[in-house]
Amino acid sequence: MSAQDDRPLLVAEGLSKHYGPHLGCADVSLDIHEGEVVAVVGESGSGKSTLLGLLSTQLLPSAGSVRYRMRDGEERDLFALGEAERRFLLRTDWGFVHQDARLGLRMGVSAGGNVGERLMATGWRHYGRIRAEAEQWLERVEIARDRIDDRPDTFSGGMRQRLQIAKNMVTRPRLIFMDEPTGGLDVSVQARLLDLIRSFVGDYGLAAVIVTHDLAVARLLSHRIVVMRHGRVIETGLTDQVLDDPREPYTQLLVASILQA
Amino acid sequence: MSLDREMIRLDAVTKTFVMHLRGGARLPVVNNVAFAVRGGECVVLGGPSGTGKSSILKMIYGNYRADGGRIDINGPTGWVDIARAVPRAVLTLRQSTIGYVSQFLRVIPRIGALDIVASSAREIGLDEPAARAKAASLLERLNVPERLWHLPPATFSGGEQQRINIARGFAAERPILLLDEPTASLDGANRAAVVELIEARKRAGAALLGIFHDEDVRDRVADRVIDVTKFAPEASAR
Repeated sequence: MSAQDDRPLLVAEGLSKHYGPHLGCADVSLDIHEGEVVAVVGESGSGKSTLLGLLSTQLLPSAGSVRYRMRDGEERDLFALGEAERRFLLRTDWGFVHQDARLGLRMGVSAGGNVGERLMATGWRHYGRIRAEAEQWLERVEIARDRIDDRPDTFSGGMRQRLQIAKNMVTRPRLIFMDEPTGGLDVSVQARLLDLIRSFVGDYGLAAVIVTHDLAVARLLSHRIVVMRHGRVIETGLTDQVLDDPREPYTQLLVASILQA
Repeated sequence: MSLDREMIRLDAVTKTFVMHLRGGARLPVVNNVAFAVRGGECVVLGGPSGTGKSSILKMIYGNYRADGGRIDINGPTGWVDIARAVPRAVLTLRQSTIGYVSQFLRVIPRIGALDIVASSAREIGLDEPAARAKAASLLERLNVPERLWHLPPATFSGGEQQRINIARGFAAERPILLLDEPTASLDGANRAAVVELIEARKRAGAALLGIFHDEDVRDRVADRVIDVTKFAPEASAR
């Protein structure tokens, strides 16, 4: 982990979200430092996707706050940002990899266009340079250069996920949110994607919040684990500690339920 | 790293597993563990299986939680009690100070053997060429055939995987090295290679703490043997 700045990158305090009478998540506090990968695990309905939505400002909390240290070092309350500032943050300093690539990509726009879009949002104007940069990132995520003009709806599931990653990485974000990034992929395709995520996190000192129900994915990618159940964080700690010495009954059940190949 | 300086210090360490899937059954593992390990020595945890030797190593690495007591580690910025340290502090210590060779290699999909070992050497700051050179020399010493170096170890035999694991543990030279039965599935030549690697780390001033069931290896590397049965939880607690 790199530690250019000892202050956390993101600090969430007392985050709660109610959907009418239904509880999304309750009283979650969490720090994320630069270069730190945090896995949020739990079963469907545990509140992990709600938490990801709140941290990434896609949802408004019923209570609580999220502060973020911007690139200029200033800490800002994310829910007090103006819409233009928030959008700029989302398109530059942050990335978001969705389980459903259709939420993260524009399916009717070429692969190169999908990657170039984020560069244009940060002020790139020269077509040749944008295309060259897009080509480089496609190559880095192992998509052949000659697919640059093809639309992602002609891509396989694994390629779409890798394109989402290229699209996010092109602006060198410091924090990336991932919602079940390997969900629904064949295992060999999944291994390739995990390898790619792992190397990007290591090479670029990315911080990441990864929501997954797959404890093997959490073990491979994350430094820390947050276990959620019924909207609450029930256990948290070093990834290998939580998985090898789980303390809470529910965490013990989750760990005991892993299939061994 | 300096000889004779205390590097690991355990005091009143206790560990009990609570098995919630077995109706909350309590399984006391160790009680009142206290000992220290100095730079330049190899201390061996002795005693029959099931007496908590491996659990003690795992608590020192921060892999298992201690329920009570202190586990002080002499890190680059002073002593840190790993039993109370926040996750980031534990990771920092693992990066800078504590190496660990487990019994089994945890394979990473798609990554070749040489790269696995080299990435460990890079963790302590070696550049890519130096890390690869170090990895290659360790794989050679441990008799891993060169044709395997670029293959992911998932399909290797148990012994081959264990040698990759050992190479990985020795590639990053840290002031503390924990060894959990590193020679369990090795033949004589490779056991001898591991003994040499351990002796080299001792001479360099590292503090080594290990579990060795093989008596021959134990006799050759151990400066002291700590009988773990003296840390057995009292009969009344069982």
